[in-house]
Amino acid sequence: MKDLLAVVMLAGIYGLLSASFFVTMDAVDVAFTEASVGAGISTLLMLVTITMTGRSEHPTRHKPVLALAVVVITGGLLIYGTLDMPHFGYAEAPVHTHVAPHYINDSMQEIGIPNIVTSVLASYRGFDTFGEVVVIFTAGMGILALLSMVRRREDSASSDSLNDSMHEQYLVLRIVTKILIPFILLFALYVQFHGDYGPGGGFQAGVIFAAAIILYAMLFGMSTARRVINQSYIRFFAAIGVLLYGCVGVVSLLNGKNFLDYSALSADPVAGQHLGILLIELGVGFTVASVMVIIFFNFEGRREKLQSQENKNNENNNKGNKKT
Amino acid sequence: MLLGLYNYWIVVVLMMIGFYIVIAHGNLIKKIVGLTIFQTSVFIFYISMAKVEGGTAPIIAEGIKLFSNPLPHVLILTAIVVGIATTAVGLALVVRIKEAYGSIEEEEIQKKDNLDC
Amino acid sequence: MMDTLMNISSTLFLLTGSFLCISGGVGILRFPDFYTRMHAVGVTDTSATAMILIGLMLQNPDGLVVIKLIIILLMTLFISPTASHALARAAIHNNHKPVLDKT
Repeated sequence: MKDLLAVVMLAGIYGLLSASFFVTMDAVDVAFTEASVGAGISTLLMLVTITMTGRSEHPTRHKPVLALAVVVITGGLLIYGTLDMPHFGYAEAPVHTHVAPHYINDSMQEIGIPNIVTSVLASYRGFDTFGEVVVIFTAGMGILALLSMVRRREDSASSDSLNDSMHEQYLVLRIVTKILIPFILLFALYVQFHGDYGPGGGFQAGVIFAAAIILYAMLFGMSTARRVINQSYIRFFAAIGVLLYGCVGVVSLLNGKNFLDYSALSADPVAGQHLGILLIELGVGFTVASVMVIIFFNFEGRREKLQSQENKNNENNNKGNKKT
Repeated sequence: MLLGLYNYWIVVVLMMIGFYIVIAHGNLIKKIVGLTIFQTSVFIFYISMAKVEGGTAPIIAEGIKLFSNPLPHVLILTAIVVGIATTAVGLALVVRIKEAYGSIEEEEIQKKDNLDC
Repeated sequence: MMDTLMNISSTLFLLTGSFLCISGGVGILRFPDFYTRMHAVGVTDTSATAMILIGLMLQNPDGLVVIKLIIILLMTLFISPTASHALARAAIHNNHKPVLDKT
């Protein structure tokens, strides 16, 4: 395949197909996350990268025979290794008999929310989720370090005039987007707060929220989007999410129990669990939404800067040609 | 051959396809796509291990007795989000490599490095 | 009596939706040009989703599920034609010429 656009589109379709596969495997939370993240944000970021690095691939000259041999041997060894595994769907497999029955049976009494995945994610394994939020925050910081560029005043002036002249072109899309964006944000809030009762939770809600803002930025131009969503506020919100999560844990410490033990947050332990889960899902939603917006804005800002530099170089070349 | 193990074989095939893409293609974007395919095959491995025959999604509702195992779901949820974070950083690195070397083909980058040294 | 009527009509809607979806897929393969393919998929995809959603609504006529399905139907009717429009506009903007005669 020489065309990278086709490769990226097929990768997006692959993500969507794996999400539907997860639904048939009864993993509805995971399917929701994979559909929004793998088929949505991942494809989007790869497309933005292709616009900056070129759309087609240079052909290679050698045949990768050694790679094929290594792959076949490794595949054979792995299949030999799976011969000991329990059969598909076997109810007495070791993975189902040690910790999982405790979670399934006791989750309703100890924590009191119907969605077992959220109760395990937020309460029983809350420390792992804390690490995950910190990883997302670090990825956002990494992209800021790699791709951020200082913007000067004359860049925004030129892109404003371009924005007004393009209003006629994108009329249908802009009107439909203006109608739809409030509903997308409302759906993100619904997913955030209904994570206890159905599939959902902080991650999916954060990604959907970021997708609405990215849609706005794509259609109305980056300068308008920067005026609507202030960059420094977004960075502040990303930090606030991680801080909220950590503070819930520290409050539990100060009340006499372990770190991230929510039963210390109020008089009734189950109510404390509800409060703790609500607060940390909020923190997760804040951080994920802000980091996704930061990532997209930095990619787009870099692309605009490169394009305006190219235009300036072309203009200087043309002026040089006219003079000589 | 034991036919109850076909889900693991599908996972191994997908994993090997992803592995081959990473080591055999020179284009950096194709390598990142290959890594994504590899990651998704690992997710499918865990999720197919979690399924219990006759169980439903692990959301407590009235009248349902048998649930699928929620523990791998939690692990894979974390893994998906961490995967997208690392993919984003990888793509940012590809952008910077393109700016520094002028191309994203592995052979041309190595040639340029050898010329400079 | 009402039950069997609901069942039959819901089955009819679901079958029509599936048939529209398949014909859209056949259209992508058989039509000669990008714009005709776009037209085939845009129309059949939206109508197939609408038919399938109405069929699902008739399966269980009372409950919160019907309202959720109605909202999904409204969203699809807004979003799917807009996506087709965006694709066709992008193609025209990049000077992708339609095939105009059969020579």
